[in-house]
Amino acid sequence: MSATRRITYREAVREALREALLRDPRVFLMGEDVGRYGGSYACSSGLLAEFGEERIRDTPLSESGFVGAGIGAAIGGMRPIVEVMTVNFSLLALDQIVNNAATVRHMSGGQIAVPVVIRMATGAGRQLAAQHSHSLECWYAHVPGIRAVAPATVADARGMLWTALQEPNPVVIFEHATLYNDEGEVPGEGELAVDIDRAAVRRAGDDLSLITYGGSLKKALAAADALAGERIGCEVIDLRTLRPLDEETILASVRRTHRALIVDEGWRSGSLAGEIAARIAEEAFFDLDAPVRRVCSAEVPIPYPRHLEEAATPQVDGIVAAARGLVRR
Amino acid sequence: MTAPEPHKVRVTREHARELLRQMILVRRFEEACIELYGAQKIRGFLHLYIGEEANAVGVMQALTPDDAIVATYREHGHALIRGIPPTAVMAEMFGKATGCSRGRGGSMHLFDVSRRFYGGNAIVGGGLPLAVGLALADKLRGLARVTCCIFGEGAAAEGEFHESLNLAALWKLPVLFVCENNRYAMGTAIERSESVPDIRRHAEAYGIVAEEVDGMNVVDVEVAARRAAEAVRAGDGPRFLENHTYRFRAHSMFDPDLYRDKAEVEAWKQRGPVVRFTQWVLDTNTLHRADIDAIETEVAQTIADAVAFAEASPLEPVEDLLRDVYAPRPAAPGAPAS
Repeated sequence: MSATRRITYREAVREALREALLRDPRVFLMGEDVGRYGGSYACSSGLLAEFGEERIRDTPLSESGFVGAGIGAAIGGMRPIVEVMTVNFSLLALDQIVNNAATVRHMSGGQIAVPVVIRMATGAGRQLAAQHSHSLECWYAHVPGIRAVAPATVADARGMLWTALQEPNPVVIFEHATLYNDEGEVPGEGELAVDIDRAAVRRAGDDLSLITYGGSLKKALAAADALAGERIGCEVIDLRTLRPLDEETILASVRRTHRALIVDEGWRSGSLAGEIAARIAEEAFFDLDAPVRRVCSAEVPIPYPRHLEEAATPQVDGIVAAARGLVRR
Repeated sequence: MTAPEPHKVRVTREHARELLRQMILVRRFEEACIELYGAQKIRGFLHLYIGEEANAVGVMQALTPDDAIVATYREHGHALIRGIPPTAVMAEMFGKATGCSRGRGGSMHLFDVSRRFYGGNAIVGGGLPLAVGLALADKLRGLARVTCCIFGEGAAAEGEFHESLNLAALWKLPVLFVCENNRYAMGTAIERSESVPDIRRHAEAYGIVAEEVDGMNVVDVEVAARRAAEAVRAGDGPRFLENHTYRFRAHSMFDPDLYRDKAEVEAWKQRGPVVRFTQWVLDTNTLHRADIDAIETEVAQTIADAVAFAEASPLEPVEDLLRDVYAPRPAAPGAPAS
């Protein structure tokens, strides 16, 4: 076992892509500007030179066309990794993902597997306004037939891709756009694959379960640090997989802490946070000492100015205040 | 009725018999479906292929068992001619567990991967990107196979049509696009939905060689499809056929068919693929009345057997409701290949 290393989230994604291309000749990467440009978030820089145009395929701006082609190629025996620039753009490919990738196995009576991996950036925080900043993970997590995962740590960014490629089902990977420059630890060579079935307890605590995923994890951890100073112990749960939800880990934590606060960058109405709250209410109602609370995005398209963008999305202060309110009831 | 031109291919007696048998099989199968729909054995949407048989029959002659087919929700004919047993197709209509999609798809979603028949796709235009992907996989794997993508002219108004044609042409992918232009997207006539109603010109705009075909003439369709499939198989990139055809029945069983002239329907019926080809084989002494009677008898038995099979087949137990949503993982997940 080699020692752990410290790399950025972007480097982790790039290493994971390269590793997959080296290990499996069926793997190819396809998307807008993944080749010559090096990826709109620079996750695939250098890969075109190493693997050539057949395996690093720049596509036209045709989200439905190339995502559908990825689905077809997966059915045809390949292991495509399709990159969509942002979750907002992925709406142009929703037909292919929801009506084809998620359904063909079922409506063919189990004859077809669709081992396609679709990666996309998601989330706010870079002042990109209302057509590049949304968090629509829950739209995908709503759909049976799809697996949705959100690597929130550098190690998960490094490991989840390979695990997703072993999955004989469509996997959508959401990479929060504010994470790419973050640094973190990854294991040494040969310990790459990570589990994509279970949530992870990122910090243990007894007073409150802070349940979150993706770009909100670091905010939840910062809030937990602040709350520790007030002797409020937060258990921080990183969902990691948004569909299927690891209900067991969530409920086990809530049954112990008796309080749940869900942090979700999606809008509150119809959110993943709402689904989690409902499950807690259904399964652990009598274990609760306080109502479930949520910190979500405000019901507004994400605005451009920094102060309004921050006001619209979950922030550390808001999480701390909500947690305090829950514990001091 | 003018008989079709003698054509450049020689239509042998055996081949003529087979073409006619296939068209009659589809026609009688669809007629049986109408009755079974009335008897409420078949439910949901039912899109009939009556009038368009020459297209599926002609195109399928050009495909080998290794080639793939991506069709639409008006695909009973394509499925049958591709070789999915009529028993399994009919059982699928009935929603039975013995159906070619275990009853989960129904009329619009006939699948048989063993015959490389990839649906039965009921989002107009949605099958085109899939076909492009199947062809891309073949190209990357070095397989000289054709993916035949069949759709109606209504798809030409969808963005996915244009995205797919562009991708297939740009990457020189082995796709045979077949537009079955039956002139109506549900109730909307092509002149009312396309600024350029010549669909083949849309394909030509992407640099794809496209050909117009009389889709009411099975031999014409076969000749054009063979020529196009050969070019695709040779690695020449995609080809496009626009087959002019017509559906004699309404769009689906829910459609009161108020948007077209009865006289127009009648005129097209006079050019019907079965009646016209029958006349030709008789006029040319290629087949005799007794041959045709024998085909009808054989087909009637095939359909009676299919209906009996569907009737007798079990429904899937409700306990199995959640199966086939996700494929099971291989035994040792995550094991690196190297």
